Amino acid sequence: MYICPVEYEIKPHQKLNLGLKEIWLFREMLFFFTWRDIKVKYKQTVLGFLWAIIQPLVLMTIFSLAGSALSIPSENLPHPLFTFSALTLWMIFSTGITNSGNSMLNNANIIRKIYFPRLIIPISSVFTALFDFFMAFLILIGMLIFYHNRISFDWVKFLLLVPVSISITLISTFGIGSLLAALTIKYRDFRYVTPFLVQALMFLTPVIYPISMFHFLGSKYVLACNPMYSAIELFRSTFNGQVLELRLVGISMIFALMFLISGIYYFRKTEAYFADLA
Amino acid sequence: MSMRESITSVFKRGNSISEDFYALKDISFNVEAGECIGIIGKNGAGKSTLLKVLSRITPPTTGSIISRGRIASLLEVGTGFHPELTGRENVLLNGSILGMSRKEIQAKFDEIIDFSGVENFLDTPLKFYSSGMQLRLAFSVAAFLEPEIMVIDEVLAVGDAEFQKKCMGKMEDVNKNGRTIIFVSHDLNAVQNLCKSAILLKDGKIFLTGESGMVINNYLHAGSHASTTWTQKEGNKHPHFNTINVKIEGKQPHLKLVVDSSIKCMPEMAASFISYDIFSKLGTPVGQAIPNLDPFVKPSGEVVNITTQIDLNGFIPGDYYLDAWIGPHFSETYDWQKECIEFSIVESPQLTRTYPHYPAHGFIVPESRNL
Repeated sequence: MYICPVEYEIKPHQKLNLGLKEIWLFREMLFFFTWRDIKVKYKQTVLGFLWAIIQPLVLMTIFSLAGSALSIPSENLPHPLFTFSALTLWMIFSTGITNSGNSMLNNANIIRKIYFPRLIIPISSVFTALFDFFMAFLILIGMLIFYHNRISFDWVKFLLLVPVSISITLISTFGIGSLLAALTIKYRDFRYVTPFLVQALMFLTPVIYPISMFHFLGSKYVLACNPMYSAIELFRSTFNGQVLELRLVGISMIFALMFLISGIYYFRKTEAYFADLA
Repeated sequence: MSMRESITSVFKRGNSISEDFYALKDISFNVEAGECIGIIGKNGAGKSTLLKVLSRITPPTTGSIISRGRIASLLEVGTGFHPELTGRENVLLNGSILGMSRKEIQAKFDEIIDFSGVENFLDTPLKFYSSGMQLRLAFSVAAFLEPEIMVIDEVLAVGDAEFQKKCMGKMEDVNKNGRTIIFVSHDLNAVQNLCKSAILLKDGKIFLTGESGMVINNYLHAGSHASTTWTQKEGNKHPHFNTINVKIEGKQPHLKLVVDSSIKCMPEMAASFISYDIFSKLGTPVGQAIPNLDPFVKPSGEVVNITTQIDLNGFIPGDYYLDAWIGPHFSETYDWQKECIEFSIVESPQLTRTYPHYPAHGFIVPESRNL
């Protein structure tokens, strides 16, 4: 069985559609791209998959040391848990958009020679980042158990909101990632923009500080324009016992959707010429 | 276009000079199910663009292609091979990239490995493979593709001769099983052997369509395809060839290669003789012609012209190279011009023969008869 439709017409640049059906037809290729990226990532490393845990753990140590030294509030959570919970999601976002930004160039040799829905390349970059998340998530569960006396863990919220926050993370990572992928293939300037953007965004995201630190409502609204804000806030709300600022979370979720739509729109609009530009 | 240019271009209006260039124009043809069609043409004629459009890599600016069957394109072998992954992993990955389903790859896995002959290194990362092994593995995956329509670029131009033959055989099988093949190649032999009909592209347009032998003949005679003339470019204080011209005369099976050489002689040289070596395009020696075993080129300061007729009796169709050599003794060389001349033979020496010639059976079909 071959993974493309039996009868079709090759026409000048088709009108815009999501192409979800086609991506579904090519799901095995998506699987193989993800599988390859995960395999290659940890090939010839001594520690292998442990690297997926080491990076957030080291960052967590640094941030929680700095956080407690500077007495940054942490919504009554232990500092390590406060930062690590956000870092797990943040790592999906940062590695996801960095990888998808470069993904089209890294796979240029395939793009130039084989047809497939191009979107599966940034999707597989996001899935690869998701794999690392699951490794780190195991550590997070260990930490929740370890600190269970000091947190107000809510089972129902956890089961409901964790999938939601992961979905928001995936949506925004995929949206921004595919936008950057399409931009990078045309304007190589974005190879330099992306890492810088990721770094700067991290400090605009409540990873190491809570948004409640800001008392001025305007600055809260500005920070809520970040799609990762809602993901992290929903995630933490399952064990920090705080009331969600629903309006801010809503704004952030709208931004996640906007990034998704504009990312896919721009990608689909330009993808026909990727083979020539790559 | 860099971002700066596209930003600045907003402010500059109307003064950008650009001209539309169409790599392909007015291309229209039908390929029936089970047909094998060859596409030939010079570099820049639009062959690769046509393949890219057919395999959906680049969309056409105007016009459309209607396909009734799954197209698999083989513009390259080993697309997506990753040096860090093992041979086994690369077969899975490459198979999937070429369009095979996981089940299908698993079903054919043993055959693929058998065909490639690298079974002992399956779990070794590809980066430790020799380039030949990588190529064999890549070919093997491609050889087991079984789509309804196959678009093939010059992938058969690489690999050792034996493997090429294996792949050609495999492609013929594929075609016999009723699959459609669209084949682009510079290797006119391969096109003639494999394809019944051919399309000759010229400057992005269809120049000629028809039976492959006829199209190939037309192509060969239309342009300066083979380098049948050679001129010395560097000075040399030894006796040396100045120019060499060849032309083919006669008809199969009694073709004659007429070689005109002008040789610059030297006063203090030893009397010499010349020889012409013929090689196949793949570098296999076919034969050596020595018109005169006596050292007949005498010392002088002059340029001598020598015309030699070499009988090409029974030569099979293909591209050949000619080496020209001059020296006083077989162990001493004055000048040796390697592959200075290229010539092609198009027709079979057996005029009624319909099945193809394989270099693996030799380059000469000796005349034979039943007594």
